[in-house]
Amino acid sequence: MKKLTSLLLAAGLAFASGAFAQSNLLNVSYDVARDVYKDFNPLFQKHWKEKTGETVELRQSHGGSSKQARAVADGLEADVVTMNQATDVDFLAEKGLVAKDYPKKFPDNASPYTSTMVFIVRKGNPKAIKDWNDIAKPGIQLIIPHPKNTGNGRYSYLAAWGYALKQPGGNDKSAQEFVGQLLKNAPLFGSGGRDATTTFMQRKIGDVLVTFESEAELIAKEFGRGEFEVVYPSLSILAEFPVAIVDKVVDKKGTRKVAQAYLEYLWSKEGQENAAANYLRPRDAEVLKKNAAQFPPIKTFTVDEVFGGWSKAAATHFKDGGSFDQIYVQK
Amino acid sequence: MTVRRATAEPRWVRLLLTGVALGFLFLFLVLPLIAVFWEAFAHGAQAYWEALKESEARSAMLLTLTIAAVVLPFNIAFGVAAAWAIAKFEFRGKSLLTTLIDLPFAVSPVVAGLIFIILFGAQGFFGSWLVANEIKIIFALPGMVLATLFVTFPFVARELIPLMQAQGRDEEEAAISLGASGWQMFWRVTLPNIKWGLMYGVILANARAMGEFGAVSVVSGHIRGETNTLPLHVEILYNEYNQIGAFAAATVLAFLGLVTLVAKTVVEWRMRKETEMLTADLPPEKTEQTPTVATERP
Amino acid sequence: MFPAPAKRDGVLPGFRLGLGYTLTYLTLLVLIPLGGMILMTGKLTWGSFWDIATAERALASYRVTFGASLFAAIVNAVFGLIVAWVLVRYPFPGKRFVDALVDLPFALPTAVAGITLATLYAENGWVGQFLAKLGIKVAFTPLGIVVALIFVTLPFVVRTLQPVIEDIEAEVEEAAASLGATRWQTFVRVLLPGIFPAWLTGFTLAFSRAIGEFGSVIFIAGNMPLISEITPLLIISKLEQYDLIGATALAVVMLVISFAMLLTINLLQWWAANRHAKGNDAEPAEALAPGALVEARP
Repeated sequence: MKKLTSLLLAAGLAFASGAFAQSNLLNVSYDVARDVYKDFNPLFQKHWKEKTGETVELRQSHGGSSKQARAVADGLEADVVTMNQATDVDFLAEKGLVAKDYPKKFPDNASPYTSTMVFIVRKGNPKAIKDWNDIAKPGIQLIIPHPKNTGNGRYSYLAAWGYALKQPGGNDKSAQEFVGQLLKNAPLFGSGGRDATTTFMQRKIGDVLVTFESEAELIAKEFGRGEFEVVYPSLSILAEFPVAIVDKVVDKKGTRKVAQAYLEYLWSKEGQENAAANYLRPRDAEVLKKNAAQFPPIKTFTVDEVFGGWSKAAATHFKDGGSFDQIYVQK
Repeated sequence: MTVRRATAEPRWVRLLLTGVALGFLFLFLVLPLIAVFWEAFAHGAQAYWEALKESEARSAMLLTLTIAAVVLPFNIAFGVAAAWAIAKFEFRGKSLLTTLIDLPFAVSPVVAGLIFIILFGAQGFFGSWLVANEIKIIFALPGMVLATLFVTFPFVARELIPLMQAQGRDEEEAAISLGASGWQMFWRVTLPNIKWGLMYGVILANARAMGEFGAVSVVSGHIRGETNTLPLHVEILYNEYNQIGAFAAATVLAFLGLVTLVAKTVVEWRMRKETEMLTADLPPEKTEQTPTVATERP
Repeated sequence: MFPAPAKRDGVLPGFRLGLGYTLTYLTLLVLIPLGGMILMTGKLTWGSFWDIATAERALASYRVTFGASLFAAIVNAVFGLIVAWVLVRYPFPGKRFVDALVDLPFALPTAVAGITLATLYAENGWVGQFLAKLGIKVAFTPLGIVVALIFVTLPFVVRTLQPVIEDIEAEVEEAAASLGATRWQTFVRVLLPGIFPAWLTGFTLAFSRAIGEFGSVIFIAGNMPLISEITPLLIISKLEQYDLIGATALAVVMLVISFAMLLTINLLQWWAANRHAKGNDAEPAEALAPGALVEARP
């Protein structure tokens, strides 16, 4: 038995190390980014081949953003990370895997594309939901993913908070009250963005779904355009999707050059066009203009401007005992 | 089934109970299953096949089968050893040992994955040693095997202990007193006695090994085409708004579950035949020995 | 902790090998990983551990988790008994197929189960629309958690009871009937005591598996703080905030409660088995009494 045990273990290890021994890039990313990189990777491979004559193999890993960041910290050998919120990259910077000043390593705060939180309402907008304060009204049902456990939910929460702050006379207290009102209208919290969408679209629960602008197009793809409308609020949050090189891994694997080129290429015309094709707002003004019909102008604020950065926002609002917990547990 | 007039329930009770049982199973078992297939075939059979032909779906299936194939021998060896010690011998602390064997059932799958991260992750107890020696456990096959071993840990042992207890020690003791060596006794006496019970434990463990999501998800790393098992693949497809793909992959798992069920039916059929043969072979006064076989039908 | 067995067991070989292998495997796969997790919480002071363990949301989540698990296990115990009884005793068309389906909840990934059940029991779902007319909401309420847990743990009670019901000797019932007992009296006084230990085991296994379940529950629970939030979700929530130690603290609380529960039930079973064994020694004539039925399997 012992022999068999060690044999199997050896086989397992061989399998594992074999899989990792090739020189290639592993891009660890959040869960709905698959289409973005499925289309982007061949573009880069072609570009890299033309430029250097080398063939690069690109591997993808997708999952919940924070879960993915934890996996990288725990030893998942990502050359680059492409996340949906800065907290996750901040965490890796804190652990020494990513440069502390990673937002400065690439243009635009290291976020090659953006999105924003919008409302999905039933066809014809029967409840006349135009802005955040309409959602907070009594009798409205709001569907969002869990504000504490999902990136999507956190953006929605902060967007509502920021909206309340920017109202005349808005302060932290009034914002907390407003968000409390808003969340009172949530009959449930989805386990993720996709789950919230299913609840809204398929199970027909709720009057409004708050989600990423880019998700609206995915919803249309799955459920058709006939059943919902997209509403742009007067003010929303700018969702940035930070990318970074995992220094520790690229130095070990010797892949820094190609990793750098890979991420830089996200800002190329091709990369920006690809983002737009996947309903993410490109940074490139020209590409944005070309796709203007798809991206109506909307006033946004960033997490840095209103909350002083993601780590501060996370500490104030989402850590245990933060503003979210206070809304539910009044002492 | 023979009709026991003196001891059977009135007809209306039987109908009522059958109705209640089938109603319960329909509501909680059959209907969800129908719904899964309904979703998978929502856009017709072609979309269904397209979804399964995808190379990532196929590599996920292969990985799932690989993990199950690696996990089962370990748990069989453990189950037999544990059942042998617990069922055939008396010692103090038996209840404690049995409880420890049960414990993995009560541990949340997420925590089951987490404990291996705590041990083998880059920041874990053995992390720096593993990194220094270039050994990959987490986010590779060994970690996924470990997590699956953990969640399927109790099945074989739990199945064999009561069976071996019911069988007692007599046959093995006779073999030893007739001069058989330990291994001869095991292969010739014990194993034939427990083989069907063992098979049933393996079938349950196998179903669970292939269906496990939570624990494996934590240690997988989710690399597409490499470390995604079928349940993980299902989740990812669902999150990407590929409902057909997700449910199609889920039906494959249901089929794999059903394949093990077919295996089980064959096992049971052969078992029954064996019982019948035994009963037929033995003179009537000796039939009291056969219950050991009869109890095997789980 | 586990001294050598008493002399009279000495004939059979393999105790040291069996127990040694069991303990080694158990230590490597279960005790060390769980021990590592407990060590992790050692980084907390007792005060902060207590604060995490008894925070209002944590307490509410224990109530939801253990309450829903208990409810689901009771439902499964009642209906599982009926299902097992019907599957063993009554013939009906398609029985083999129904019997085979019982194991399916193990093979289906829990997320698929959760998504499907939420769709079925939502207010516009196949089942939910009828319940909605009665004013009963299932999906996205604590009741939804119970439904998911019933599905995930359904096989345990059925599969534990089936072999035991099959083992019931016809003579027992006939004797009771000939002594003038009604069918109901026979069931309650004669049959039920015999199958009770197995019933308890099935209940325990279902209960403990339900406590840890996460994947299916989050899709149907609604996840509202203080109302429909299960403890495993709080563990995930802490992980999402990169609070690994807080997460392990909650996991340890769950582990301790589950361990205490399982140990109690195993001791209870062991005690019941011993009592029966002694009773049988004193009065061999009663050997057909439930002594042989005491043991159960998952």
